[in-house]
Amino acid sequence: MARPTEVEVGEQKAPVIQPGHTFASITDKVASIVLRRPVTNGWLVGMVICFLILQWFLFAVCWLFYKGVGVWGVNIPIGWGFAIVNFVWWIGIGHAGTLISAILLLLRQQWRNSINRFAEAMTLFAVACAGMFPVFHLGRPWLAYWLFPYPNTMSYWPNFRSPLVWDVFAVSTYGTISLVFWFVGLIPDLASMRDTTQNKVLKFVFGAMSMGWRNSVRHWNRYETAYLLLAGLATPLVLSVHTVVSFDFAIGIVPGWHTTIFPPYFVAGAIYSGFAMVLVLAIPIRKFYDIEDLITQRHVENSAMVMLATGWIVAYGYGIEAFVNWYGGDPYESFLRWNRLHGPYALWYYALLFFNLVVPQILWFKKVRNNNFLLFLISLDVLVGMWLERFIIVVVSLTRDFVPSSFGQYYPTQFDWAIFIGTLGFFSACMFLFLRLLPAVSIAELKTLLPQAEVTVEHEAEVHQG
Amino acid sequence: MKDPRTYGLMAEFDTVNDAIEAAHKVYGAGYRKIDAYAPFPVEELSEAIGFHHNGVALVCLVGGLLGGTAAYVLQYWINTVGYPVNIGGRPLHSWPAFIIVTFEMTILFSGLSAVFGMLALNGLPQPYHPVFNVPQFDAASKDKFFIVIFSSDKKYDPEGTRQFLESLNPTSVAEVPS
Repeated sequence: MARPTEVEVGEQKAPVIQPGHTFASITDKVASIVLRRPVTNGWLVGMVICFLILQWFLFAVCWLFYKGVGVWGVNIPIGWGFAIVNFVWWIGIGHAGTLISAILLLLRQQWRNSINRFAEAMTLFAVACAGMFPVFHLGRPWLAYWLFPYPNTMSYWPNFRSPLVWDVFAVSTYGTISLVFWFVGLIPDLASMRDTTQNKVLKFVFGAMSMGWRNSVRHWNRYETAYLLLAGLATPLVLSVHTVVSFDFAIGIVPGWHTTIFPPYFVAGAIYSGFAMVLVLAIPIRKFYDIEDLITQRHVENSAMVMLATGWIVAYGYGIEAFVNWYGGDPYESFLRWNRLHGPYALWYYALLFFNLVVPQILWFKKVRNNNFLLFLISLDVLVGMWLERFIIVVVSLTRDFVPSSFGQYYPTQFDWAIFIGTLGFFSACMFLFLRLLPAVSIAELKTLLPQAEVTVEHEAEVHQG
Repeated sequence: MKDPRTYGLMAEFDTVNDAIEAAHKVYGAGYRKIDAYAPFPVEELSEAIGFHHNGVALVCLVGGLLGGTAAYVLQYWINTVGYPVNIGGRPLHSWPAFIIVTFEMTILFSGLSAVFGMLALNGLPQPYHPVFNVPQFDAASKDKFFIVIFSSDKKYDPEGTRQFLESLNPTSVAEVPS
C-alpha cells in the first residue's frame, strides 16, 4: 500500500494530514470535539435557527396532511411541481457522500479518509430529506406502505413495470445501505470514544453503540472485508439510483424527458451538486472546529476539481439535449427547445446556464480553488443551479407538452416553499447534532495514513504453514 | 493447563512493527489460541497470528444470490400468477422490466448479509469481554498494540508463558482475569 506521505513528496502536493500527528493525538483531537468542547454560541445560534425552521416545516407538513396536496401549487397539467424537483435535488446531493466513501475507497484515493464520515452523514440526511417528498406527494401518505409488495386483503400488487415502483426499491435500498455503511464505519470510532471518555453514562452509551468492539485483529480482518464489499456494492448502487430516478422521466413520453442521455447526465449532475454540498459543509466545519490539519486544503481543492469535471459532463448533457432537439426533427422536441429559450420560464433557464456553466469556470484558476470564501460562494451557486436544472426539467416540460389547449402555468405556494426550506432546516439541524454527538472524522482510518502505521517488518511466510 | 481464574496473559507493544514481530514469534512458538489488538486495521498482524480467511465474502455472496432470486421470483409470480394484467396481449413475463428491482434487492441483501454476517462471525454485540478488565487495554483503541495468549491454549503455562512474553520486549505484561 503506497503511503500518501511518499506520494506527496514526489508530486509536491499539500499533505492529506498535517505532519506531527500521532495515533493518540488523532484520537484526542477528534474525540475532544464531542467530549470536551463546550457548547459554543455559534453552534447554539445555528442549531436554534435550524430548529425553528424545522418547526415551520412540521407545521407546513401537518397542514399538508390535513388539507391535502391542494395546498401546493400543483394542478393539472403540472402534477409534479416542487415535490419532485426537491426529491431529485436532495437525492443527487446524497450521491457525493457515497462517491467519496465507496468509489474513492475502491480507487485508493486515501485523501478521502478524513472527509468520508461527514460526507456519509450528509448522504444519510439528504436521502432522508429526499425520501419525504414522494411520500408527501402521495396525497394519502398514511398509505405509503402500499408501495411495497405485501400480501393484502385487496389482492393487489404493485406494478413492477412502472419506474415509480423501481424508484421505491432503488431509494429504499440506497437509504438502507447508506445507513449501514455509515454505521459500520462508526463502530471502531464509537469504541474509541468509549475508551476515551471518563463520563460513566457516555461510556455506557458509546459502549452499547459500539456493541463491545474490542479492536481484535480477527474482527478488523472481517470488518475490512465487509467494508470493502459494501464499497463495492455501493458503487453500482449509487450509479443505479440516479439512473432509476432519471427513468421516472425518461420512460415517459413527455417532450424533454424521453431521452437516453438522462441516466449519465443525471448521475453527473448528482455528483456535481453533491460535491458542492460537501464544500458548503466542509469549509465552515474545518474552520470552526479547528480541524484544518485533518481536513486539509488538498481536500478542498480536490473537491473543487471534481466539481469542475462533473460540471463539464453536465454541460455536455445540456449540449446533447439541445442537439437532439434539433437533429431528432420531432416538432414537440423542437418546440420544447424554443419554449426553454423563449417561453415563460426562459429567465430561469438562462439563470441555470449562468449558475451551472458560466460561474464555475473560474475554478480553472488555482487561486480560486484555494480561496475558501470564493469556493463557498461557488458551491452555493452550483447548488442553486442544480435545483434550477431540476425545476426546468420538471416544470417546463409539463406546462407545455403536446396540445396547446392543455398548456398551463405553475405557481408554487407558500407551502411549497415552507416544505422545501423546511427540509434545509431539517438537514442542517441533523448536521449540527451529528457534529456535536458523534466523531465527525474517521479516527481509525486517519491513523492508517500516519507514517507510524507503516509496516516495515518482513513477512515470514514459512511460519504460517503449520 | 487451564487456569479457571485467568483468561490469559496480555502483552502490550508501542509500535505496530514490534507487535507484528512478537506475533510471529508467539505463533512460531506453537501458541494457537491467541489474539492481537490494534487501533486500526493491520492486515500483517492478523496474518501473523495465523488468521488468513474469513467467511464474510461467502455470506455476502449467498445473501445476494438469495435476495436477487427472491426478488425475481416474486415479480414473476405477481405478474403471471398472482395479479396478471393483460395489456394488449403483451407478454406477462416481461423480464426486462424486472431487472432493476432484482438488481436493487441483490445489492440490499448482499450488503446487509455482509454487515450482519461480519457482526455475527465477530460475535458482536458482546456486552462483556475479559480483556476489558486490564486497565491499560483502553489504549487498544488509541495508540497501543496488544497480544493475548488465552489460558485455554494447550501450551499455556502461567509461569512459562509469562516469561516467554516478557522475552519479546513488551511495554508491559498483564494477567487477564476472567
